[in-house]
Amino acid sequence: MILASTIKRILSQLRHDPRTIGLIVVVPTLLITLIYFMYEGQPALFDRVALTMLGVFPFIVMFLITSIAMLRERTTGTLERLFTTPVGKLDLLFGYGVAFGVAAAVQASVAAGFSYWALDMRTAGSIGLVILIAVANAVLGVALGLLCSAFARTEFQAVQFMPLVVAPQLLLCGLFVPREEMAGWLQAISDVLPMSYSVEALTEVGVHAEPTGIMWRDLTVVVGAIIVALVLGAATLRRRTA
Amino acid sequence: MSQAIEVHDLVVKRGKRTVLDGFSCVIPRGSVTGLLGPSGSGKTTLMRAIVGVQIVASGTVTVLGHPAGSVPLRRKIGYLTQAPSVYADLTVVENARYFASLYGLKAAAADEAIEAVGLTSARGQLVVNLSGGQRSRASLACAIVSRPEVLILDEPTVGQDPVLRDELWDHFRRLAAEGATVLVSSHVMDEANRCDRLLLIREGVLVADDTPAAVKAAAGVDDLDQAFLNLIRRQEVVTR
Repeated sequence: MILASTIKRILSQLRHDPRTIGLIVVVPTLLITLIYFMYEGQPALFDRVALTMLGVFPFIVMFLITSIAMLRERTTGTLERLFTTPVGKLDLLFGYGVAFGVAAAVQASVAAGFSYWALDMRTAGSIGLVILIAVANAVLGVALGLLCSAFARTEFQAVQFMPLVVAPQLLLCGLFVPREEMAGWLQAISDVLPMSYSVEALTEVGVHAEPTGIMWRDLTVVVGAIIVALVLGAATLRRRTA
Repeated sequence: MSQAIEVHDLVVKRGKRTVLDGFSCVIPRGSVTGLLGPSGSGKTTLMRAIVGVQIVASGTVTVLGHPAGSVPLRRKIGYLTQAPSVYADLTVVENARYFASLYGLKAAAADEAIEAVGLTSARGQLVVNLSGGQRSRASLACAIVSRPEVLILDEPTVGQDPVLRDELWDHFRRLAAEGATVLVSSHVMDEANRCDRLLLIREGVLVADDTPAAVKAAAGVDDLDQAFLNLIRRQEVVTR
């Protein structure tokens, strides 16, 4: 009940901000269109890069808007006030997770749909699986954003977490250098970064017509990372503060 | 039990500063108590301790027989923070309905609270577009929406026009008459006369705890501002 009304509240806040909705929906699609023109005449390369980016862009966007939204709850005093009411920490965390997850689903569907039908992206597996993995990645962004907002006191600090959290995952996910060709220690780092698994899952959908065991295993790892991040996020939410 | 709030030997440190140092007071049920003192005297810290969001170094705070901040109190307490803590990107009514829903209450409770703070005509407006005074009333609506047994209000009347301020005080008195315990901080002394009891606080120390009439009588003047000053001077003489 509290969870439901918290989800509704967060979506209402989003609804009153049409520019943000516009950015959420349009930006990944625009960027993938850019990639399309970068790799014109190299459809195989475009397929691979665009597919990866369908997972990466929602992660970045959701990480950013969640860390700012949660930081706002802290700085405007609404979080402190909520903690004097029957709201539970999990109501809040799952409220953000679900509400922004819905936004991410719209975002991923638009970007994936556009990539398939307008940009002629090809994958062996289904678009539904691509969207599913993209949404899981976006919710991972939400969960990490909630966690990181605890370590930022200002918006300036919060946005600095973006390169810190996103860049290593993007560099080491296997897009630029295949993971198996990396130095051992880089591979070890790559192994503990959740985005490596979502990118591998998307690659599996790209080359196999049917969902593979590796894909399901990777998706499970991503979901596990989401849960760990949310639990850690709950631990950083304190009812009492100095 | 006639006491709604009992604070015993409370010590609160923020950073290196000791904000409250062995502070004790009791606040009776069904009353309006004014918490008065200059900025930085520890009013907000005391209120945060009572609603249970302040880390305390030692001492106890008991509200309605429960430790401050404990689960059963979360349905019984309403807290208005000093800076309006409502969602700026929601309308007045969306804010009130959200806070109502946290207590399992319907839209009617939200409408009633908005009416009580005189914001019915602005109910559909986004909070970001409201004036400072309206914003703080929107915040107040969310604090009273659950009809709490204990209402902690941190400077609810700052920036309000005199007519509205008068109406808000009438509302607080009405809530207390219905059995609620209201603790209101202010630094406007003329408002203090409308309280049943006053807590005068300065630099984390309780200077006076009595009815407005008794405070004035003790200080030997008929003006609360002057009474506060006299009591502080007298205390300083004693501590030296």
